[in-house]
Amino acid sequence: MSRPPGRKQENHKISRELFVLTYGALVAQLCKDYEKDEDVNTFLDRMGYGIGVRLIDDFLARSAVKKCRSYSETADMIAQVAFKMYLGVTPSVSCSNTAGNEFSLILDKNPLVDFVEELPAERASLCYCNLLCGVIRGALEMVQLAAEVTFLQDRLKGDAVTEIGITFLRKAEDRKHKR
Amino acid sequence: VGHAVLAINGAEVNGRFTADGKDVLEFLGNPANYPVSIRFGRHRLSSNEKLMLASMFHSLFAIGSQLSPEIGSSGIEMLETDTFKLHCFQTLTGIKFMVLADPRQAGIDSLLRKIYEIYSDFALKNPFYSLEMPIRCELFDQNLKLALEVAEKAGPFGPGS
Repeated sequence: MSRPPGRKQENHKISRELFVLTYGALVAQLCKDYEKDEDVNTFLDRMGYGIGVRLIDDFLARSAVKKCRSYSETADMIAQVAFKMYLGVTPSVSCSNTAGNEFSLILDKNPLVDFVEELPAERASLCYCNLLCGVIRGALEMVQLAAEVTFLQDRLKGDAVTEIGITFLRKAEDRKHKR
Repeated sequence: VGHAVLAINGAEVNGRFTADGKDVLEFLGNPANYPVSIRFGRHRLSSNEKLMLASMFHSLFAIGSQLSPEIGSSGIEMLETDTFKLHCFQTLTGIKFMVLADPRQAGIDSLLRKIYEIYSDFALKNPFYSLEMPIRCELFDQNLKLALEVAEKAGPFGPGS
């Protein structure tokens, strides 16, 4: 992670293993607390949302990026800058419709599932990384972009790749008047 | 205008009474207490007053960006007067950071960005801080103070914005 010069704090690195274990513990606990997969997915998304609304300012403060002018720029920004900054991976982006508001991010590597091979039989519809969807959704909302973010494909469920779909719901409004 | 008695003989004054309960006007009316030194100044704004002034500025900011002959104006970045300059930085998330400084003070742009970082660290990463509420986080205040001290020392010839 690179920080702008003059930043007094040291660049503390925390072990990736600890992060992956923490995330796993979180999902495991949610699975104990809730019987239905949909419930676990919902709560993961909700928690992710809470993270996203705060993470966005951290992202903007550290990366000092300019405002994105299109959905396509935004999707690229998420994949190439944000994912890189926070998870160390760069998903590839493609636009999946002619209207230009649906994108998919294909994750080659997903650090969160490094140690998970496949979902147990009784948890077949669990979206293990649903937290990520919530994070993206929350972050986009804070820059006045409403979006639906879901997992379209998941290696853990036997699909070939892991694919996150982002659908931008309406035109970005003039944000000077919101807030 | 807007000035009030802040202290008498070094003891702070709160409204009409001093810290130890004496009535200010009574004290000043009694020649036996002379000579007396009185400090005048502007009262510090209360939290509510600050909120009110900030919301007024928020509206002016919105109006300003609408009135601008340039399309896509980013809003009021600086308000300059004889005695101070008000700098405003709006983030892409719509948060505005405002700094009131001496007109000759340099380096405010980088200070504003530093404050954004401090906010994103010590306010946003504090799980007990709720968004949009007044920030009452010790670490935020401490780091903010440090940043202000650094900027102040830099003075009028500080590092480029």
